[in-house]
Amino acid sequence: MDLLEYQGKQLFARHGVPVPSGSPATTVEEAVKAADEIGYPCVVKAQVQIGGRGKAGGIKVAKDRQEAETHSKAILGMDIKGHTVHEVWIEAASDIAAEYYASIVFDRSAKRPLVMLSTQGGMDIEEVAENDPDALVRLHVDPLLGFQDFHARRLAFEAGVDADVVRPLGALLTKLYDAFIKEEAMLVEVNPLIVTADRQVAALDAKVTLDDNSLFRHPDNASLRNVAAEDEQEQMARERGLTFVKLDGNVGILGNGAGLVMSTLDVVAQAGGSAANFLDAGGGSKAEAITSAVEVILSNPNVTAVLFNIFGGITRCDEVARGLIEAFDQIKPTVPFVVRLDGTNDVEGRKLLADANLPNVHTESTMLGAAKKVVELAG
Amino acid sequence: MAILVNNDTKLCVSGITGREGTFHTLNNKNYGTNVVSGVTPGKGGQDVEGIPVFNTFHDAVEKTGANTAMIFVPPRFAADSILEAEDAGISLIIAITEGIPAHDELRVYNHLATNPNVRLVGPNCPGILSPGKANVGIIPASFFSEGNVGVVSRSGTLTYQIGNELAQAGFGNSSIVGIGGDPVPGSSFIDIIAEFEADPETELIVMAGEIGGSAEEEAAEFINANVTKPVVAYIAGFTAPPGKTMGHAGAIVSGSAGTAKAKQEALEANGVRVGRTPTEVAQIAAEIAGSLKTA
Repeated sequence: MDLLEYQGKQLFARHGVPVPSGSPATTVEEAVKAADEIGYPCVVKAQVQIGGRGKAGGIKVAKDRQEAETHSKAILGMDIKGHTVHEVWIEAASDIAAEYYASIVFDRSAKRPLVMLSTQGGMDIEEVAENDPDALVRLHVDPLLGFQDFHARRLAFEAGVDADVVRPLGALLTKLYDAFIKEEAMLVEVNPLIVTADRQVAALDAKVTLDDNSLFRHPDNASLRNVAAEDEQEQMARERGLTFVKLDGNVGILGNGAGLVMSTLDVVAQAGGSAANFLDAGGGSKAEAITSAVEVILSNPNVTAVLFNIFGGITRCDEVARGLIEAFDQIKPTVPFVVRLDGTNDVEGRKLLADANLPNVHTESTMLGAAKKVVELAG
Repeated sequence: MAILVNNDTKLCVSGITGREGTFHTLNNKNYGTNVVSGVTPGKGGQDVEGIPVFNTFHDAVEKTGANTAMIFVPPRFAADSILEAEDAGISLIIAITEGIPAHDELRVYNHLATNPNVRLVGPNCPGILSPGKANVGIIPASFFSEGNVGVVSRSGTLTYQIGNELAQAGFGNSSIVGIGGDPVPGSSFIDIIAEFEADPETELIVMAGEIGGSAEEEAAEFINANVTKPVVAYIAGFTAPPGKTMGHAGAIVSGSAGTAKAKQEALEANGVRVGRTPTEVAQIAAEIAGSLKTA
């Protein structure tokens, strides 16, 4: 789960990472009130989960109340690369002397947290890494040992930060690591990490990705989910406990198991089609779950045909067939379905479908055959 | 032979008294796996259809000589159960549980790395099946028969799909190993491929990867340098959009890293043939097997 900038800053602040003071606002009135309280100059920042906000005009400095109002009006409701701005963050303006970069990544390959630091902050860090790899200092931390003071010193000296900020920067990194571990993050990124004119360090931006699987231990974080930014169909699927990703095509897909569903999308593409979604009904799905999934798939008006690709392990093909029959009873789909059932109880499943004789439901015996058929029917 | 699970396996199941735990334990037992005990804290002294239940792994190991653990407890208890199994001296831990917090997996991985005598397979995996010998996990055994193709995969149902295609092409399997779709798998492709390389029964290796991470790329280099047996690969997720997690916590294309195309290229550059569909994997395997026979 990705947090908005201000949510990330509030999370940082809980762990003692210095951040400029600020307030979120969803209306122009709230924004102006917040700006008055914070004082001028202040910054109006669009809260959307996409990079390039500044270039798109989503970050503006307001030197007085009038400007706070003008900027808030312009930014609230603005579209930034397909993301509508529903919220702004009003923040005290900072007097910036230097812009650094710091991040901690859950490094899957090394199986350790990776801490990175650079004095070339405020720009695209991937470009820095490519053009001047030595400018980005990296250090893996043994998670059983934790982040030590010497780690912080090594990073700071190797990155070449100004000598007078080595200590405060080290303290900031220690707190950032604490936030990464305690909040169970997959990524915490600060770009820029600023040194102010009076030689203080602070996180001027915050990018935080939390581990969805750990949210049961962090109810406060779980409640931060940005439902407004979520696609309606994805929200509907999540509420029903389905693993779902919306895609651009017109072939609705239902399968069991993430790998098989990914493979199904690929095979549909090879057959010349394009999937409308990824939907993993999960292991051991009962008929009701299948019916509910069909409803989610068909809520996308782009869908012109649906493919069921099931290889039953824990999932029983007869349950899948029952779910589909029930869906036809309840929803009465008008688009064609292609169904491929193999694995546990496949004979029973196929028989149920044959006996039900549903309108416009085609059964296929192989994955490739089913993909070709559904692409042909989808048009 | 086969790898990891066989006739010497003495299985203890953590979470044996849960609904799913009981169901799959009995399935494994019916297949012929030697299930010696189970662990459920507070239910020591009970039994599940004659399989004794203990409060701790330590009791189970002492009383029943268990050498393999299967973890079937809910995500919030799973890391603790894995660590307990290791502490009790179990040498092979197979974690089926899906949804374990990533930081728990990180701690477990780094702790287990300090013990050279333990191997973790999973979590979030379907387990290991050595046809004709033992089945530990949820792989539907009826689709597979004994043979000489070793299969290693990040995904359960995709393994069944590929296994089924191989079966239709006339192949049986030495072992089928699901390493799981999580960000920190206890065993990597490399770990399992090394086991297959050393297993005299395995003549051909099939690996099924997917988007996310760099495990397939690392395996490609390992195969080039260390594996003499032919390897056929499949990668799922060519059409996955970047930035979206495709069902498995580990299956996400971030930036330019972890794409199916990059994995395919890395494998092919290291001499591993990559099938474009599960069907094509079986066709390539058949071709290679044919040339092995005539060689």
